[in-house]
Order: sequence, then C-alpha cells, then structure tokens
Amino acid sequence: MIEDIELETLINDVYEYYGFDFGSYSRASLKRRVTRVIQLDGFKHFHEFLSKVRSDPEYYKRMVDEITVNVTEMFRDPGFYAVVRNEILPLLGTKPFIRLWHAGCSTGEEVYSMAIMLKEAGLLHKSLIYATDINATVLETAKKGIFPLRMMKEYSENYRTAGGQEDFSNYYIANYGIAKFNEELAEKMVFSQHNLVSDTSFNEFDMILCRNVLIYFDNDLQKRVINLFDESLAVLGFLALGTKETIKYSIAPGKYKQLDKDKIWRKLK
Amino acid sequence: MEETKIISGCKVVIIGGSAGSLNALMQILPELSKLNDFAIVIVLHRKSTDDQTLEDLIALKAKVTVKPVEDKVPLLPGFIYIVPSNYHLLFEKNETLSLDTSEKVNYSRPSIDVSFESAAEVYGETLVGILLSGSNTDGTAGLIRIQALGGTIVVQNPLAADMPFMPNHAIQKTVPDFILNNEELLKFITSINT
Repeated sequence: MIEDIELETLINDVYEYYGFDFGSYSRASLKRRVTRVIQLDGFKHFHEFLSKVRSDPEYYKRMVDEITVNVTEMFRDPGFYAVVRNEILPLLGTKPFIRLWHAGCSTGEEVYSMAIMLKEAGLLHKSLIYATDINATVLETAKKGIFPLRMMKEYSENYRTAGGQEDFSNYYIANYGIAKFNEELAEKMVFSQHNLVSDTSFNEFDMILCRNVLIYFDNDLQKRVINLFDESLAVLGFLALGTKETIKYSIAPGKYKQLDKDKIWRKLK
Repeated sequence: MEETKIISGCKVVIIGGSAGSLNALMQILPELSKLNDFAIVIVLHRKSTDDQTLEDLIALKAKVTVKPVEDKVPLLPGFIYIVPSNYHLLFEKNETLSLDTSEKVNYSRPSIDVSFESAAEVYGETLVGILLSGSNTDGTAGLIRIQALGGTIVVQNPLAADMPFMPNHAIQKTVPDFILNNEELLKFITSINT
C-alpha cells in the first residue's frame, strides 16, 4: 500500500495540474485503487508514478479510468429490480413521457437491464434514458451494448429472480465470447460524460438511479450529489441508490418517502 | 503458544471465514455476553445474492447486538458487524466503514484479504485478526499485513476446522500468535481487554 502522505500528494497534484478534485473521495478505497494501478503499470516507486501522472495527460486519463471503480452487473440485486418492475414502472407508465437518469452508469449493464424492463412493460417507446459517467472509456463500451458472454448465465438468473419471464437469450446475439445486446434496446439511451463532483443538473427526470457510486465519496460530497439529484428530480419522481446507501443524512426529513425497506425514495415536495 | 498472553488495548477483532466457518461462529458468538471495549467485524464468503440471511441468523443467536452495515456507519465498540454480500468492506481513518464493489479478490467479494489489509492500515496494533475454516487462500495475505503493522493474528486449529485448507495455508505462510480450537477461541475472545 502507498503511504497516506503519498495519496494526499497525488490528490493535490491532480487538482493542481488537471483541475480534478479527488479530495472528497473515500480514502480507504482510493488508496487501494491507486496502489493497484501502480502495481498494474509496473512502477517501482511512487515518485515515478507521480511524475508520469504530472507529465503525461494521456497517462493521467488512464489512471482516472483505472482508479474509478467500473464493476457492474445486469440486474444486480434482483430484489431491487423486482420492486422497480412491479411497483415503480406501473406508476411511471401513467406519464406521457418518461425520463430516466443513470448516474455513474459505468459500462451500462444496469442501463440495459432497465431498458429490458421498460420494453417488457410496453414503456420503452415513450422513455428516454440518460446514462452518464465520468469515464469516457466505459461509456464507449456502454454505447455498444457488448458484454462478456461468460456472464450471461448469472445475468439470466438475476433476470428471472427479478421477475423476468422471457427467454433472456433473445435479448442478445452471442459471438466469440461476447454478447451483443439488441440495438433496439439502445435506441432510447443517450450517453454522455458527466462529473458528479463538479457538474450541475442538466434536465428534470422522473427517475434517477445511482447505485453504488456514493460509497466512493465522503459524507460532504454525498450530500452535494444527493442535492444535485434532488434538483434534477420532478416532484413524485423516484431516486434509487445502492442497497447500502442512504439519503437520510443529506435531505430534510419529510421531503422524500422511502418505499418499504428498499433503497428507493419518492420525492413528495 | 503462550496460553497466558492476554491482549489489551484491542479496538477491533476481525474474523474471516469461508466454507465451514459458520459452525465455528455458531459455537463462539452465542456464548459471548458482551465485548470488552472492542468491536467484532465478520467477513464471511457467501453467495452474492444472499441479502440478510447470515445477519438474521447471527442476530438471532448472539447476545451481543448485531449492527447493520451501511456505507460510512461508525464502527463502535461493543457491537458485531457483518460484511454485506457482494461488497468489499474497508476501514476509514475516522473509524467509519466504507463499502466497495470493485473486482473480486481471490474469487471473492467480500474478500478477507481486502478487509484485513484495510483494517490493519487503520487499527495497527489495536487489531486482532482471526482466520477460520475454508477451502480458499483468502485471508493469508491479510494476516501477514496485520502482523506487519503490529496486530495480533490467530488461526483456527485446522484439526478443529470443517475445511482445514484455509487455516493450513495461513499457518504455512505466517507465524500466527495463536492457533486455537473453537473452545480456545471463545476463551481468547472473552479474555481480550480484561
């Protein structure tokens, strides 16, 4: 592991040289991720790595892509998706037009999961899904809708546990170890780069999903991001977080109502 | 093994286990009536889709309160914390817990190594790491890190483990402060900070 002081030096230098502020990221995870990229890229000493980051903007980009966590799954937490399918979509379906935002969508597995459920509910044609991430590389993958074929067994099980009744393999074409999802699913997706740390609200949504992103931020930044979501959410819209995340330290009580035990809140006012 | 050595100044006991370690936990945890100024954190390999079964089971059997683990909750002495399925658990300097969904380590998420190493960084010599039964190599690297930073390391006696591979692996690669069977583990945990 790198030293605490080295991590702080990196954070300061990245801010000074590139204007990106990792200062509000959770240190325990960041420290692991930076240590990992230093080992992965074969640096012998921290200072070699630091001077490469400072002097080479391309390498800096690679470092950011590597230290931000991009692990995601289709229908992660099937119980959550079952609630969206059974309780949320029928409510959203009464609207003439449905706008959704996946913030921190990574390679897009959860975006495609949502598109599949919207399609099965007969709502995809009147939906628009904005999917954003800080990392441009993962957005390229997400746009293509190409995921590893070896994951499909697990995803198909998740899909069924989440209440899916179709043949999951109808949604993709398998080829040489990859699964390419039907382009029809992506027709209603808009991908763009967005930085939750520094960018502002850009639209009003009926549902915002940001699952397992806030865990990488400290309490202050979590508060800021949840308020950004609040500004971007229509009254009676839904905010969905990861199963171990909460809005309760960030938003005045009474403004949102939580759905049972699930990490979905409805904006009341 | 010094039977008489008593651990003092301990803030956290972190217990890692895989296949077969639930049995050991079920022999130990229900017998603890309180924790003397330290917290217990349990990192157990389990199915990624298992939500609450393990938490519910331990909460039902243990006298000590099981605190639900959510992102950034404070780690308080006197309570048991169980790492949720499909997350790594990390320790912050301000004594809160963080969750992380990054790549599996040793084919595992939660990974015992990840939590052991992170806890060692924060708790140093006030940390006790215990490794139980399993059929995987997870935990050994974490024990090495705990010891390097001054903490105490304990391995379940492989003869007492349902799956001896994991404790055996740790014994081959480290010099544990203690190698204990389940009854001795209970005595050891009870003696901490007394």
